[in-house]
Formats: sequence, C-alpha cells, structure tokens
Amino acid sequence: MADTTYREAIREAIREAMRRDERVFLMGEDVGPYGGAFGVSLGLLEEFGPERIRDTPLSESAFVGAGIGAALGGMRPIVEVMTVNFSLLALDQIINNAATLLHMSGGQFAVPLVIRMTTGAGRQLAAQHSHSLEGWYAHIPGLRILAPATVADARGMLWPALRCPDPVLIFEYGGLYNASGELDGGAAVDIDTAAVRRPGSDVTIIGYGGTLSTSLTAADRLADDGIDAEVVDLRTLRPLDDATLLDSVRRTHRAVIVDEGWRSGSLSAEISARITEQAFYDLDAPVARVCSAEVPIPYARHMEQAALPQPAGVVAAVRAALGRSDG
Amino acid sequence: MAKGDRTKAGGGGTAPPEPEFVQLLTPDGERVAHPDYTVDFTDEEYRGLYRDLVIVRKLDAEATALQRQGELGIWASLLGQEAAQVGSGRALREQDMAFPTYREHGVLYCRGIDPIMPLGLFRGVNQGGWDPNAFKFNMYTIVIGAQTLHATGYAMGITKDGRVGGGDGEAVIAYFGDGASSQGDVNEAFVWASVFNAPIVFFCQNNQYAISEPIERQTRVPLYQRAAGFGFPGLRVDGNDVLASYAVTRAALDAARQGQGPSLIEAYTYRMGAHTTSDDPTRYRIASELDAWQAKDPIKRVRAFLDKQQLADEAFFAEVDAQAQREATHLRERVLSMPNPHPEQLFDNVYPHGSPLLDAERAEFADYLASFEGSAN
Repeated sequence: MADTTYREAIREAIREAMRRDERVFLMGEDVGPYGGAFGVSLGLLEEFGPERIRDTPLSESAFVGAGIGAALGGMRPIVEVMTVNFSLLALDQIINNAATLLHMSGGQFAVPLVIRMTTGAGRQLAAQHSHSLEGWYAHIPGLRILAPATVADARGMLWPALRCPDPVLIFEYGGLYNASGELDGGAAVDIDTAAVRRPGSDVTIIGYGGTLSTSLTAADRLADDGIDAEVVDLRTLRPLDDATLLDSVRRTHRAVIVDEGWRSGSLSAEISARITEQAFYDLDAPVARVCSAEVPIPYARHMEQAALPQPAGVVAAVRAALGRSDG
Repeated sequence: MAKGDRTKAGGGGTAPPEPEFVQLLTPDGERVAHPDYTVDFTDEEYRGLYRDLVIVRKLDAEATALQRQGELGIWASLLGQEAAQVGSGRALREQDMAFPTYREHGVLYCRGIDPIMPLGLFRGVNQGGWDPNAFKFNMYTIVIGAQTLHATGYAMGITKDGRVGGGDGEAVIAYFGDGASSQGDVNEAFVWASVFNAPIVFFCQNNQYAISEPIERQTRVPLYQRAAGFGFPGLRVDGNDVLASYAVTRAALDAARQGQGPSLIEAYTYRMGAHTTSDDPTRYRIASELDAWQAKDPIKRVRAFLDKQQLADEAFFAEVDAQAQREATHLRERVLSMPNPHPEQLFDNVYPHGSPLLDAERAEFADYLASFEGSAN
C-alpha cells in the first residue's frame, strides 16, 4: 500500500496504458513539456516522446475531432481538454459526431475515444473555468460518462475506458488533484456500477466526484448526532447504476442527492425522478437535493463557497428528511 | 500623426525572413525610416509615450506583487508587451471601440480607465466596474478568442448604422494573441469581417507563447500572412516599438473607418513574464531567450531615443519614475481598502429582473445569513 495523489494516480494510469498498448497516445494543450495545465502529464513526454504526448494548437474542436479520426483509424486516443468549460468549443465533435457515429454508420464505426477534462469549482477560477457540466453530457445517448472521486478510481478507470468501444468522457474533479489516498496496486476497476462508500441505515446520501467528500464529511457529522447515513458514489454518470441506488434507498427510505451542478434540468433531477419512479412507496420523505446556487460560479472566494454544496447544507437536508428540526 | 499606404502593407507573396516587420525605433533607440509608415509626434508627445510605458509597467508589477501577497486571485501580466499596448491604445480615436483580452491593462490605461478597475476584478470585488460604452473599451474576455466575434459583430453594426466613412467614422480593434489564432472563433471572425467588409482591426500580440506552447505549435507561416487567405491586408510590426505600433494601428483604423474594411496586425513581441501568476515559465523556456528579448525591451529603447534626441533629461526620467511609484503606491492602498462585496450579491446579475428559483434561493440565503445576526453579541 502506498500513498498517492489523485493527480499521480491519473498519470500512472496514462503511463500504464501507454506501455500496454502502443495505440494509446495523449494530446491536448500544454500536455508536453509543461505537463498539462494541472500537472497530470508531467514527465510523460520524457518517457514516451512527442509522437505519443502531443502538444496541439489551441483548437478544442480540432483536437477532439482529430481524436475521433484517430479512433476511427484504429488508435486509442486520450484527449485532454483543459476544463469542461472549454469542451463547449468542441461540442459538435463530442455530441453530434463522437456520440452518434455508431448509429449513423449503421453500427460500422465505434469511436473508442477517451476525453479527459477537469470539472468543478472551489479554486477561485471564476465562472468560465468552474462549472460542472458533466450532468449535461450525461444527457447524451452514445456517451459514457465517468467521474472518479477516489484515488483508486482515478487510477483504475482509464484502462477500462480505453477498452470500451464507446466514446468515454472522464471528469476529473479539479479540487481533488492534490488529494491523496492509499492505492493497492492500481488494478482496473469496473466502470459500470455505483459504490457504497459508507454503509448506513437512516438515509442515503448520493454524491459523485467532488461531492463524495462533501457527503462523507456530512455523514461523519450526522453520526455524531446519532444519524447513520449511507453514502453512495455514483462513479458512472451514464449509464446510471439504478440497482445500487434503489437498493440503498429501499433500505434507508430517504435520499439526499449532492451535486455541484445546478438543480434545474440536472443529473440530480434525473436521479430524483428515477427514485420516485421506481421506489416511491419505499420513501418516508421527499427526495432532497443539495446543489450549486443557480448562478454562474462567483469568483470571490466567500461567494464561491456560498454558492457550492457544503457539508452543512447536506446535514440540514438530511435532518429535514428525517423530520428533525435544526438548532 | 501616422500615414500609411495600406495597399503595400504585408499580405501575400513569399514569406520575408524573420523578423521583418515595420520598425521605426530600433532596440538601441535609433529612429529609422519606413517607406509606408511614420509618426510625427511633438516632443511632449514622445515624452508622454515614455511616461505611459513606464507607468503601465509599474502598475502591472504592483498588481503581480499584490497577487503574490495574496491580495488578488490571479493576475495576467503584460510585462514586455507595453509598447504594443500603448502604441495601439494611443492610436485609437475617441470614437473607436476596443475589445480586449484579460491582459490588455496597457490599452485600458490609454482609454482613460482607472487602473484600479482590473484589480477590483481580479480581487473578486466586482466584475470589472468600468462602463464599456463610456470608455469605448469592452470588458476583458477570458475565453480565448471569443471577443474577436463580438468585435466583428459590433463592427458590422457600425456599418449598418452608417457610421463608417470620413475621418469621423468609427472603427473597432480586437485584441487577441498567437494562441487564439488557432481557435475556430478567430478564423470565423476573419471570414465574417472580410465578407461584410467590417471596419475592424485584428490586433494580434504574438508574444511567442500560449501558456507553454511556442508559436511553432500554432503556425508555420508568419501569422500576419494568414490575412491574405481571408482577403484582407496583414502586416507585422515590431511590437516592442511603440512608435511603429502606433503608426500601423492608426493607419489600419483610419482605413477601416473610411470603409476600406478589415486588416490584421501582428505585433511581434514577447511575454517576458508568466502566462498568469498560476504559471511558471521556467518549466518550458530557457533563460537565454528572455535575455535576448530584454535587449529589445520596449521601454529602454524609448528612453535611449529621448536621451539621444535630447528630448528629455535625467530630471525628467526621475520625475516619471517618481510618478509611477506614486501611482503604484496609491493603487496598492486603494486595492487593500476595497470592501468585500456582500455575499448576497452572488445572486445579482443572473437575470436583470430575477427569476423564481433564483429569487427563492436568494431569500433562503438571506435568512441563513440573518440567522448569524446577534450571535456575535
């Protein structure tokens, strides 16, 4: 067992994939000598050379589109987009092309492309670098959406993503890059199921990516108050693992969803709908949601923190679901 | 005043050996002639440009220092690009509209905007604060290249409003960098400006780096030559030469305002500092490169020129330095005394007249804040 950071875990996953499969290469802005905007690819250029660690022109649509072309040609590209906000410049390639080519080619062309990008706020980078749009991508048929929240998932999700015939988007939570945890070997993990990160019996708190730690912190505080919360990490945002979610909610009879995305038209809305559609009669309280304020993420630190889901908000939502008054 | 025969300005043909560009002032401060461009400043105007350059650099250094001390969230320094910004900024006529990136603090200064404004922005106190219409200087754009499209649309509006033509006509200048030249948005702006003959000058500060990526990762031809393919003139100017930057920009803007359509200026310069305070340029470039560019420093050459031409003496230079120091100190004091915005303001300016869910969240947050009142007693 060795302690490693989320950033190092992703780097190690890329390194392993490049060693195992010569079709794998990485491209994006500043991924070469600079080591990536968030330092993920540091040192990889030295090991694999500029043909496989490729600095690209500043053209998001081009490097995603070229990644599709490379995948169609038999390669296994990993495209790094600096942040999810910049992926908006490549939306046509991701949604109109990568996600539909299997369908539009009558099943002839799968697009085994992996697109990695940073998501989330909390680092004082202002509205155009801080949004959580992964739930929005989870709306799109044809895509597979992953959100590693732990060092083990950061390490283990890439290889199955590269083996998967679908275009896979991996959302790395920016606030986690320096988080460390124990890594046991770094085996590949499944990219199909949600995980119960903390068993409990009174309420199910559902988080993913950056909100997993928010949920776990809230659960610890609730435990001090005699409330036994179960915490479920979604891990895969599309396709959602309904079975794990519903199994938990049927046992606890209460659900609180914690999502850094906005609540309107969101992933949290989808989860809430699935729970009410499939487990309505098991519920003892309405499904609750703790999401970001319905504003562009503010730049000023105190306002940014106020706009984001915090453990205190999760605790309050859980207490409300349990019918306990605050104070 | 500048004059320029834009029909001879750059454009197609074979690539000239680098760094061929319009230059009026050498790094040694020698005034050189160019067949198409010149300036005819009064002594006072020459001294004024020097003053601008020194102050702009000093204020920028103060902002960097404030960020290092934790007083600003981030800062994108203009160090090394003062001449391109002051030259082009002073070339704007009052009626011209500028669309900047987040690095155009020098242009902002030339537009008469209080230099505290961008510091308020990067301190998180406000969203910029200046009135773009009053100062004819738009808000900083963060997403690379997006403003070139806004500028093009604005310029097309000038045409539609019949405000093109003659010396009083209006023009637009769109600032962007070498990295942005690879963006689809920028290339689409070129197409639109061209086919609609928009009164716009695309002013590209080629500072040689897009974060860590050198210019070779963006282009195989000098950037100014791209204009030919879009059907308008392009030229390269020594972006560390404030006189040449002024001359070519004034000529291009005047051509645009008179209905001759768009042009591209590549100001060949160097980002002497980091991309932003989040960046460490020693990770991707060698020190000798910076040394070579320091020999071409945009301020040093103006000082040498003023000295050689006996347009200024030591007392003048000392007085400018003192003024810059005063303004920097004043700026620091004002930054440190800026009040934090009330947290409830996070709900402002999403919709001009509110929105049901937003209003509910605001009310809930106000109640939450109110719950702390009295707890300090």
